[in-house]
Amino acid sequence: MHVPSAEIEKQLRRRWFFQDCGVGLAGMAATALLQGQSSYAADSSNPLAPKQPHFPGKAKRVIYMFQAGAPSHLELFDNKPELTKNDGKLPPKELLQGYRAAFIDPNSALLGPKFKYAKHGQCGMELSEVLPHTAAIADEICLIRSMQTDAVNHAPAQILMNTGSQQFGRPSFGAWSLYGLGSECEDLPGFVVLTSAKGTSGGASNYGSGFLPTLYGGTPLRSGGDAVLYLSNPKGIDAETQRSSLDAINRLNTLAMNDYGDPEIAARIHSYEMAYRLQTSAPDLMDLTKESKETLDRYGVKDPNESSFARNCLLARRLAERGVRFVQLFHEAWDQHGGLTAGVKANAMDTDKPSAALVADLKERGLLDDTLVIWGGEFGRTPMVQGGNDGRDHHNRCFSMWFAGGGFKKGYVHGQTDDFGFNVVNDPVHVHDLNATLLHLLGFDHLKLTHRFQGRDYRLTDVHGNVIKSLLA
Amino acid sequence: MIMKYTTIWLCLLLSLSTIAIADEPIDFQRQILPILTDHCNHCHGVDAETRQGGLRLDQEKSALAGGDSGEPAIVARDPGASLIMKRITSTDPDVVMPPPKENKPLTAEQSQLLRSWIEQGAKYGSHWAFDAPVKRPVPLGEANPVDAFVLDKLKKNGVQPSAPAAKNTLARRIYLDTIGIPPSPKELSEFLAANVDSTIDSLLASKQYGEKWTRHWLDVARFSDTNGYEKDLRRDQWAWRDWVIDAINQDMPYDQFIVEQIAGDLLPNPTQSQIVATGFLRNSMLNEEGAIVPEQFRMVEMFDRMDCIGKSTMGMTIQCAQCHTHKFDPITHDEYYGMFAFLNNAYEAQSAVYQPEQLKEIESIRSSISAVEQQIRERIPTWESDSTQWATTVSASQPNWQHITFDDLNSVSGLNHPVMQKDNAILMTGHTSSDVYMIGSPEVTGATGLRLEVLNHGDLPFQGPGRSSNGMWQLHTIELLVKKPESKDWEKIKFSSVTADHSTPETKDASGKNVFGPVSGLIDDKPETFWTSDRGIGRRNQPSVAVIALESPLSLPPGSRFKIAMHMGDNIGCCRFSLCTTPNPVAPACDQAAVLAMSKPAAMQSAEDRNAIFTAWRKSKPELKDANATIESSLDRMPQPYTSVMHLVEREESLGRPTHVLDRGEWDRPKTPVQPHVPAAFHTMSAGSEPPRLAFARWLVDRRSPLAARVAVNRVWQAIFGSGLVDTAEDFGTRTLQPAQAELLDYLAVDFMEHGWSQKYLIKLILTSKTYQQNSATRKDLLDRDPKNEWLARGPRFRAEAELVRDIALASSGLLSNKMGGPSVIPPVPQNVLNYNYIVPTYWNPPTGPDRYRRAVYVFRKRSMPDPVMSSFDSPNGDFACARRVRSNTPLAALAGLNETIFVEAAQGMAIRVLREGGDTDESRIDYAYLLCMCRTPSAAERSTLLQLLHQQRQRIADGWLNPREITTGDASKLPGLPEHATPQDAAAWTICSRVLLNLDETISKN
Repeated sequence: MHVPSAEIEKQLRRRWFFQDCGVGLAGMAATALLQGQSSYAADSSNPLAPKQPHFPGKAKRVIYMFQAGAPSHLELFDNKPELTKNDGKLPPKELLQGYRAAFIDPNSALLGPKFKYAKHGQCGMELSEVLPHTAAIADEICLIRSMQTDAVNHAPAQILMNTGSQQFGRPSFGAWSLYGLGSECEDLPGFVVLTSAKGTSGGASNYGSGFLPTLYGGTPLRSGGDAVLYLSNPKGIDAETQRSSLDAINRLNTLAMNDYGDPEIAARIHSYEMAYRLQTSAPDLMDLTKESKETLDRYGVKDPNESSFARNCLLARRLAERGVRFVQLFHEAWDQHGGLTAGVKANAMDTDKPSAALVADLKERGLLDDTLVIWGGEFGRTPMVQGGNDGRDHHNRCFSMWFAGGGFKKGYVHGQTDDFGFNVVNDPVHVHDLNATLLHLLGFDHLKLTHRFQGRDYRLTDVHGNVIKSLLA
Repeated sequence: MIMKYTTIWLCLLLSLSTIAIADEPIDFQRQILPILTDHCNHCHGVDAETRQGGLRLDQEKSALAGGDSGEPAIVARDPGASLIMKRITSTDPDVVMPPPKENKPLTAEQSQLLRSWIEQGAKYGSHWAFDAPVKRPVPLGEANPVDAFVLDKLKKNGVQPSAPAAKNTLARRIYLDTIGIPPSPKELSEFLAANVDSTIDSLLASKQYGEKWTRHWLDVARFSDTNGYEKDLRRDQWAWRDWVIDAINQDMPYDQFIVEQIAGDLLPNPTQSQIVATGFLRNSMLNEEGAIVPEQFRMVEMFDRMDCIGKSTMGMTIQCAQCHTHKFDPITHDEYYGMFAFLNNAYEAQSAVYQPEQLKEIESIRSSISAVEQQIRERIPTWESDSTQWATTVSASQPNWQHITFDDLNSVSGLNHPVMQKDNAILMTGHTSSDVYMIGSPEVTGATGLRLEVLNHGDLPFQGPGRSSNGMWQLHTIELLVKKPESKDWEKIKFSSVTADHSTPETKDASGKNVFGPVSGLIDDKPETFWTSDRGIGRRNQPSVAVIALESPLSLPPGSRFKIAMHMGDNIGCCRFSLCTTPNPVAPACDQAAVLAMSKPAAMQSAEDRNAIFTAWRKSKPELKDANATIESSLDRMPQPYTSVMHLVEREESLGRPTHVLDRGEWDRPKTPVQPHVPAAFHTMSAGSEPPRLAFARWLVDRRSPLAARVAVNRVWQAIFGSGLVDTAEDFGTRTLQPAQAELLDYLAVDFMEHGWSQKYLIKLILTSKTYQQNSATRKDLLDRDPKNEWLARGPRFRAEAELVRDIALASSGLLSNKMGGPSVIPPVPQNVLNYNYIVPTYWNPPTGPDRYRRAVYVFRKRSMPDPVMSSFDSPNGDFACARRVRSNTPLAALAGLNETIFVEAAQGMAIRVLREGGDTDESRIDYAYLLCMCRTPSAAERSTLLQLLHQQRQRIADGWLNPREITTGDASKLPGLPEHATPQDAAAWTICSRVLLNLDETISKN
């Protein structure tokens, strides 16, 4: 690369603040910060440089294993012997008052959990038999059985979990994190998205930047083709010609910079240079051949080149090692309206081992303490049957999620549902409370991490949310 | 230690600012209003429900009067006596304002400002944007008012404007700002020889002008080719997009542009085009997820429409008032729903759209039919009494049908949501599914027949009656089941016969298994037979009726349940069930449309009703056989719709939908009913007899509106200068400071209205100004003083919008297609992007011909899969209205420019073009390539950089490191079409150079 002239360097430093342009992988979005539109003061001229949050956070990075489609809490995390006893009977009338299910007539027969439960770890956490590996890390995790959400359809519920609103157009948790904390990784995007199974109901809005500058949005690392879109050179262009081409681009842009004096040109030179680096760093990241067979086995990666949740978990660890701020995995597979037994079992086979391996691996590498690991979907499932005797409908009154590292209590179960796993009876945790707590662990007062848009100071928790102190270690 | 310094620093700051403040008069709008809105009015503002202590500080009168305590909050010229100052400066956490829990403490400087303002008399002023704009005197000395205002400001700031831009730079700038494509070398030389003003005129007259400027409106109109949410199915809405292009090309006055889009269907004798225009509000996302409550998401669409109107025409963030009275702007919760009520009474219609020549054809077919009908009337002069007599007879022969109401309507799958309507019809909403059932407790005594009417409804495609893509349906079976009070089981009732007003002649599907047509299929218990009633083109979307005779009369004891289950192919969209006691009931011998028309009193019959009766009458007369045949064959010639559009149609008054204030904006928590009305703080609505939605549309763009013209003008300015005179194009509310160039904005707004709301006039005024035509180079002397170029001491320079980046590459390469309009074009997208869809779009087949290189405004947009190229250059994906794009500059965009298929093909195409048109030497070709991309010749340094690259790459090709076929065609076995004398090696080396040129900052920027 042709080093920009001293003049450019000087201008770049000087003018960085006043650009609408972005520099660096997640780029620069100084406008908002600079116009004083943010209550969050950046302490660096490069908005992607690591920033200090409101107070020292326990967690520095996030790995969010989003289980899209809504896993059944009753088959995985929340044992209900009473439900087994009442299998086939109608639910108590008073339970159904004001209740609306998505598809089924709420007055449908109760369906007992399909799997056996046992207590695990020193903490004695009760988990389903289809989660043997999660059971093995029971003492590391914090299980919330009292999650609640407002939405009962997939797309709005996923958007609510990820952006704090059922309305499209709000920044995702990952985008807020990057906005607040910047990125610690020069060579990779600061917010990376990995998808397995199928596309999600919420689509790209699940990891979008909303009204924040586009740069804060998640960048999917894809399988079956370029990991980052358009990463490969066109056919026939080899590395040397690519380098020569970029040298020419940079040289010509530098000449134009001298004419126009527009710092955005310097930013563009930087972007092209970063693109070139990404062409090396992304394939290097995705190349699992250097991982040992033990590691691949531990995560349950069968074919390192094939997209799978297991592979994504291993990639998540590699991303965490490289300093990527926010990694979000999406596994859209959990919508068991029918085929509940086989479906949950198959999904558990796909996700249990890698999820647990990721936690254990992070721990061994000393990364767990400051990594917030999150596992869960957009809502729960009805204790009532859908269809014959092997399906459950959407249920927003309660569901389960688990967390590890990042300042969460270990070997702890929070909240309780009633005998049918229908309502929360103790310690409810609404989506907004969860998000407030997660931001707290990253070092933010959720009331203060705001962005002014259309005359209003928006935040991830909208006008709600309380930090649930009892979840914190 | 740190604390100490901070304190000292603060004191220093304070004393400095105090001095500054004491000297100058306080500007309420700029200095005080922002403090009040940000720190006080949340609890002491417009919203009476959340107002604390009865104190209101957003209005002078109430602030002086004070709140519940009776003590004046503000005493003019006496800060010491002003309660507000006591509270602000208190050190008692229980007394101090704002309360510590609000986390909005005032700075010492803000507090001092308030003190000085009170000392100076505490004069309130209204928010600048809520007063109608007026033309203030234009500073003297400049012919163009833009220059007059801008230069006046510059002079006051002691700044010289920049020199005029070089004419070739100006040419490219003007081309990009008018038609969105850089000039070709030929156009460039014409420009250099011609008068700039007249070139601007001809560019504004070019059709491509509409293609460029439409994109800006598509952003605010959240246009997309798919429905969004999980399913994100395809929609045909491009006819609306073409309407916009056409309207902008015609320079439709902006007020009319808005009126037609919001209420074109309510204008007198609306044209197809005016109906298509109302597709604007229908651009909302549509949730088709299985388990939704359709009304919930209709309301979500309504909220989106309000948001869109707010951002696009009002410049207000009105959606705040969806849940509660706006905290800062004068829109109450009630007023939000007052505006909502204007829009809440429309059908979610979808109708056929025809091409202009088809419309003529339809007109001619209709007039030939009218001619035949006229002949009939002449032949039978008593036709009027005859047909009335006939109708009376038919009516009288109808059994006395009693409508059935149901209280439990659903589908087994839970997908289809049947809903009872006021007229006892059942509307199928939500997802289509074939397993609908309805349960009720009608009185049944001696029932002999069950009637099914299949009915039109405004919410159905082409008004239905079905929900297939052409509004048709297939009914497999009907079952009637009853459960007597003492019984636990449903008992199936047997049918003896079935008749219909019309059945399609029998056909079989491709498999040869399923049989469609005869109504007998309804009750024959065969799994392969369906009743259909398609009367053919020109007559298709009309009601039908089937009458099923029961095997024996049915009577049910009170408390019995009565259930109808329907199994459908293509779903029926709207239907109604009735019972009769007449023995052996049969369907009428004429079309049900006529029977429905006859059932209305003559005075209530519409022209359509009278026509239905006339048609049925003439068809009943054997002596009119030939005339009837002529009409039928005319109808057979009706053209197939070219496409369709989602649009608005107002519901009949009798089916009016009441609007309520919604508690916390929740769709299912209606509070008090509201009548349509506009916010009191703005201009009044002109009295008149026009339909409410039309009156509302006219109110939005009333000459007296303080916002309409400002918002429109600002958006044009934003497109040309990169940011608006008001930075927040979507928000002119009280949180938006008066802009530096407020006088210019107001002048342009009034001037715009005085010149017939003409966008072309406005653009020309701006483009012919010296301000616009300045050199755009950054000036060292202004780096610190005016970093954002708000003073406009230089011309605009910024990276072009996403669509233009693509269009520039295609235009430079010569690949750009100039075809206009039509269905959106599928762009090539990597398979691993397509795979991310919840439902993978099977229709994703990018064209391989010239359509591949259509302008970006025609590129298909899928909401849940934002176009990877467009989005990396910051184009919004249409989930919601976007009045202002953010510009980013990322490695992902760099990768797209370097490696994305269309950009690579543009580089390959440009290489061939340069070899063909750029002379014979490397130097002449480099000069030509620069001309194509940047409208200028390269400097010596630039030329040598490219020469070096060219020579180096040629050598690598010669040495066998690179495969010229792969580089030039992407295929090792294919050669490109080459100009004479050019070699594949030349083309390869030039593809590499073209790729470099197409990625230069200057190429993708407006300079």
